Amino acid sequence: MDPAALSACLSSASCLLTQGVNALVIGMLLFLVAAGLTLIFGVLKVVNFTHGSLYMLGAYFAFYIYRGTDSYLLAVLGGSAGVALFGLLLERAFFSPLYKSDFMMQLLMCNGWILVLDDLVQILFGAEFQSMGMPAAFARPPLMLAGAPVPVFYVFLITVSFLLALAVWLLAVKSPFGSKVRAAAANMSMTAALGINTTALYVLVFALGAGLAGLAGALAAPVRSLVPGMGFSILIESFIVTVIGGMGSIGGALVAAVLIGLCRSFGSVGFPLFTEILVFALMAVVLVARPNGLFGRAEGA
Amino acid sequence: MNRSDTAIPRSAVTPPAHESPRSAGASGSRRRFIQAGVALGTAGSALGFPSILRAQTRQTIKIGIPTILSGRLAQLGISTGNAAKLEAEAFNAAGGLNGRMIEIIARDSKGRPEESSRLTREMINGDKCDFILDCDASSGAFALQEVVRETGTLCIHATPEVSSLTADPKLRIPNAFRSARQGAQDAIVAGQYAADVARQKGFTKWMTIGPDYGYGRDTTEQFLRYLKHFNPSTQVLGDAWPKMFQPDYTEYVTKILQQKPQALFTCLIGGDLVSFIDQGNLYGLFQDIEVFAIALADFTTITQVKTMPKSVHSGTRYLAAFPGTRENSDWALKYTAKFKDSPNNWSWQAATGMNFLIAAMKKTNSVDSKKMADALRGMQIKSPFGAKGTLTLRASDQTLVDYATGWGKITNKSPYIESIKPGDWAVITELEAKWKKEMGWA
Repeated sequence: MDPAALSACLSSASCLLTQGVNALVIGMLLFLVAAGLTLIFGVLKVVNFTHGSLYMLGAYFAFYIYRGTDSYLLAVLGGSAGVALFGLLLERAFFSPLYKSDFMMQLLMCNGWILVLDDLVQILFGAEFQSMGMPAAFARPPLMLAGAPVPVFYVFLITVSFLLALAVWLLAVKSPFGSKVRAAAANMSMTAALGINTTALYVLVFALGAGLAGLAGALAAPVRSLVPGMGFSILIESFIVTVIGGMGSIGGALVAAVLIGLCRSFGSVGFPLFTEILVFALMAVVLVARPNGLFGRAEGA
Repeated sequence: MNRSDTAIPRSAVTPPAHESPRSAGASGSRRRFIQAGVALGTAGSALGFPSILRAQTRQTIKIGIPTILSGRLAQLGISTGNAAKLEAEAFNAAGGLNGRMIEIIARDSKGRPEESSRLTREMINGDKCDFILDCDASSGAFALQEVVRETGTLCIHATPEVSSLTADPKLRIPNAFRSARQGAQDAIVAGQYAADVARQKGFTKWMTIGPDYGYGRDTTEQFLRYLKHFNPSTQVLGDAWPKMFQPDYTEYVTKILQQKPQALFTCLIGGDLVSFIDQGNLYGLFQDIEVFAIALADFTTITQVKTMPKSVHSGTRYLAAFPGTRENSDWALKYTAKFKDSPNNWSWQAATGMNFLIAAMKKTNSVDSKKMADALRGMQIKSPFGAKGTLTLRASDQTLVDYATGWGKITNKSPYIESIKPGDWAVITELEAKWKKEMGWA
């Protein structure tokens, strides 16, 4: 524990800025993955443990598109769209028959797909880790703001993530599609009785959630090593975000992701040996104070 | 144990010659029928079916390889399996051991120690493996060591680098050897090299970053111990301990930036090291910091670093250019041609394990674990991976010594390393002995 270092950091503009930007970078990438997870749970009530694997697929798709086209934009779009399409097929063929099944059946299906996707990636792309490298547009020295280095790529990532957060929020809250999704999440039978095609709604939500995971993987690919099984570590963190923010709450996921970013960023200065514990302690405190998460609704509320 | 030695001579059940089938009753007829069949079998064995006898002597020699074939460390199983296969094929092509060929049986422990232990037992009891070539992670090595301790099966640890496995006499067993490099030895070479560079360039302020588990903590501690031994003016400003496979290193990168060290030591490995370098580059972390990465100079890692830090040094894990002999580059070429992949540190260690097993079989003309273990203790073989063309399994602790190890400055083009300073085995041996004494192991 080093409270003196933390205190010094909090009183230094450059340290505050550096660690603040860190918190946003860590948080926004986490948000992108967790947003899809919480969206799928909120509507379909499926705790999608394959979400980390979809993130991995997005990164691999992007890597291969980038290698073929040298375009990061195409890589990101292709990675996200590819995983959304895959999610669509996955939902239709494997998850839709399980919506009324026991939670354990869903868990079993998810676990099976984690193993299948890890092995498929290994067979198709190789067991060795791969590195995409930084796209030329971002391979430049960091910006210096008040003496603090801020990488250009991270400015881009934070901006894109905020725009996406805004787009997802608008889609969920302000659009007709969002109204139907919220209606389905609240009462599926009633929504169907009103003539809304809930099957299409389910497919679109699952594909959108998967696409967000794929997008996060594709966006982060230049600074992450690609290796079969890489989705596992991000999955755990995404679940923490979802639990803290409240299962099913997009806004909650955003707040929770930034909180975790702050914990890890400033925690590494003041509590270097307890950073992980800080994150779990935050989750424990939130669960004690608000068992359904910061923005979650109680069952039946 | 040589199973061909256990065959029962069939002549032992040949029927008495005076008995005639006609002179007996029904039970006698049945007995005689069986006896006649056995007699026919015996005659056939001796005269008409020599191939059966040949098959017995040509029974395969099974080598069980518990390793990791799935998940993030699948490369461990692939590269060690490839190397073992390469050596086995060369041995088989040369006629094997009196016609007996090697068969490799590799299984996936998934990196779980309890699975390593179960697989090893299954390979020995179920598959009847003659030897175990341990290509698992260090945690698995401790588990399977207990199995071979019980069964007495000859085992060569080909990938675990954790020093205590063979250095601690309480863990060491007569039938287990190590063909892998060792953390303590690497740390001595690294400490000496880094201290020399620090003295030349006049820097004293260091930081470290390593994976937060046994290997990372031990390697960093040992490195600092020898860095301070060779350069007492060393000052350590701080350390950072990311989890293994952590996707995001931002918090550690900025922590290092805040401390402003002149040099950074890291024992991050594989994809974790590449991610750290990629993310550090974004912040310009390596502009004014000299980096010492113990595990960078390995084909599979070094070729993935797209933007190499300005000034980075590494220990040689495995490079075709070191040792710079024809034998070493030929071996790398052979491996690459066969598997369309470059060999890595795990490959040469697994190949070395196979080479020692084969040498011991030839020397004892058997596959008896006890005889072979006696032969392996202190055995020296010619090898492309030796510092001076040979490798030795040191008798006192049954571990590999004299392997080529060194440090140099890293470049991003083949041969990837320049001005290599080889480790001095006299210094390594001396300091290792002191360390063991301090640990109460010698």
